[in-house]
Amino acid sequence: MLAFLIRRILLLLPVFLAVSVVIFLILHLIPGDPVDNLLKIGSSAAKRAEIEARYGLDRPLVVQYGIWLGHLLQGDLGTSIVTRRPVAALIGQALPHSLMLGGMALLFSSLMGIVLGVVAAVKRDRWPDQAIMGGVLLGSTLPSFWLGLLLILAFSVQLGWFPVSGARGWSSLVLPVLTIGLGGTALVARVTRVAMIDAAGRDFVMLLHAKGLPPGRILLRHVLRHALIPVVTILALRIGWILGGAVTVEYVFARPGLGTTLIKALNQHDYPVVQACLLMLAIAVMLGTLLGDVLQAVMDPRVRGAMA
Amino acid sequence: MSLARAYAPFRQAFMTPKGALPGLWLALIIVVAVLAPLIAPYEYDIQNLPDSFAPPSAAHWLGTDEFGRDLLTRIMYGARTSLSVSVIAIGLSVFTGMVLGAAAGYFGGRLDRVVTIIVDLTWSFPEILVALILVAIIGPGITGTMVAICVAYLAQFTRLTRAQIMSIRSETYIEAARSLGAGDGFILFRHLLPNALAPVLVAGMLATGDAIILEATLGFFGLGAQPPVPSWGAMMSSGSALLFKAPWIIIFPGLAVAITVVAINLFGDALIGALDIKTRLRTA
Repeated sequence: MLAFLIRRILLLLPVFLAVSVVIFLILHLIPGDPVDNLLKIGSSAAKRAEIEARYGLDRPLVVQYGIWLGHLLQGDLGTSIVTRRPVAALIGQALPHSLMLGGMALLFSSLMGIVLGVVAAVKRDRWPDQAIMGGVLLGSTLPSFWLGLLLILAFSVQLGWFPVSGARGWSSLVLPVLTIGLGGTALVARVTRVAMIDAAGRDFVMLLHAKGLPPGRILLRHVLRHALIPVVTILALRIGWILGGAVTVEYVFARPGLGTTLIKALNQHDYPVVQACLLMLAIAVMLGTLLGDVLQAVMDPRVRGAMA
Repeated sequence: MSLARAYAPFRQAFMTPKGALPGLWLALIIVVAVLAPLIAPYEYDIQNLPDSFAPPSAAHWLGTDEFGRDLLTRIMYGARTSLSVSVIAIGLSVFTGMVLGAAAGYFGGRLDRVVTIIVDLTWSFPEILVALILVAIIGPGITGTMVAICVAYLAQFTRLTRAQIMSIRSETYIEAARSLGAGDGFILFRHLLPNALAPVLVAGMLATGDAIILEATLGFFGLGAQPPVPSWGAMMSSGSALLFKAPWIIIFPGLAVAITVVAINLFGDALIGALDIKTRLRTA
């Protein structure tokens, strides 16, 4: 198990490096030269060279990347152009909100999806199945920001049950979690249903029925346990999508998380903040996928061996 | 593939009970998008402030927005932007993905490894994140949105094409063609690609639905089409602020997105049934 863990973490390194290169290059690929902004009109070439030297822009790109990565690993993410505050502090404020929302949404969609999937599988081809699968199709195709806005309209504006926006207290989490969670629920429910139907048709289940075990016990103790393996696999693969959904939904509910910070920074061309947010989101996706893989290996010994 | 043969599965999908209504909606929305300047009741960019925030009425069927512009008109013009951006971007993505996937799957070796590494890298991240990175590089606007969509879905088409090509490559009739002296190009374009085409095109159609949502999301963030050009997402970008005053400004463009995307999914399913490629789509 330890060997698996180490191998899996080592695999993340090249991915991290590749992503960091792309994110580093953002500053160099955007149109326009940042030095032009710092120079007064009519400045001499010597002045230009001086500024370039001060920010290290005269060095080769590879060296600049090395310096940037070095700062990054020490937790120095630069300074925001707009607010003039250290980016690390901004991220530190935003991150807990995003992790909370992402985590809750993940929990909600896993539990809800498994329950709905089991119900749909048990009532296969009857009305509960059709209702759930219809809802699943709708849940996975509606744009999440629009769904969020509709929920605000229904529950905050009309009924006044939950706050419209912000991040004060638990009640402000309900609608955002619901918005992200519905998409995830759809995915989990669909996979659970198929996996349950598949597992229920296997020989060992027939044997259990022949032995006279109560059907409810067979369903929960045996069939569900088998069916959960593909469910965890798909959750491991799609954890990033649920976290990515948080970006959109945070913005809709004006929650002070990474997503809101990122969109704001993009609109203000505050590139150090953009880079830091994108990097954090990318790391979150990578760690999420890692978590899913590890969970899968814990559940299924065969995976540990197969993963070379 | 001749035009008539390409057309047949569409007609067949259209004739199924599941595909008829979605097909009809898609046809309607395409006609509206093409004919918007002729059939729209008002101009899309003329502001009429005394009429702003008007609820749906006989004069303005879907109401007006914060500048008094007719919402129905803007949704019709928005269909032009949203559909053309998504369809063109996905078209480019499918084309590039097929070229990369076919080359990687057919020639194998180092080329295959490089393509696979790059594709797996983007595959592991959610589309919205890939799209936001690209918008950060290119800048907000329609070009940025198109490139973002194109790259965000590239991995999917490359993987699918590669898997198709690899599964057909070792068939006996390919070996027969090669023994008769057929070159790589001939085998690729004459035998492999036509056989790999159907699943990739259907995947492309389904992805167009996701692309419409991605385009709307970027527009909603203010990073897509810039005002006054109407797109379904940009129309909603004023967001929750207007929800209290004039919810129809948010509801109707979103409804247009939602119905169109559901229709694309349902029609895509019908098309998969008509083409009988369900198992082949799963191999990737």
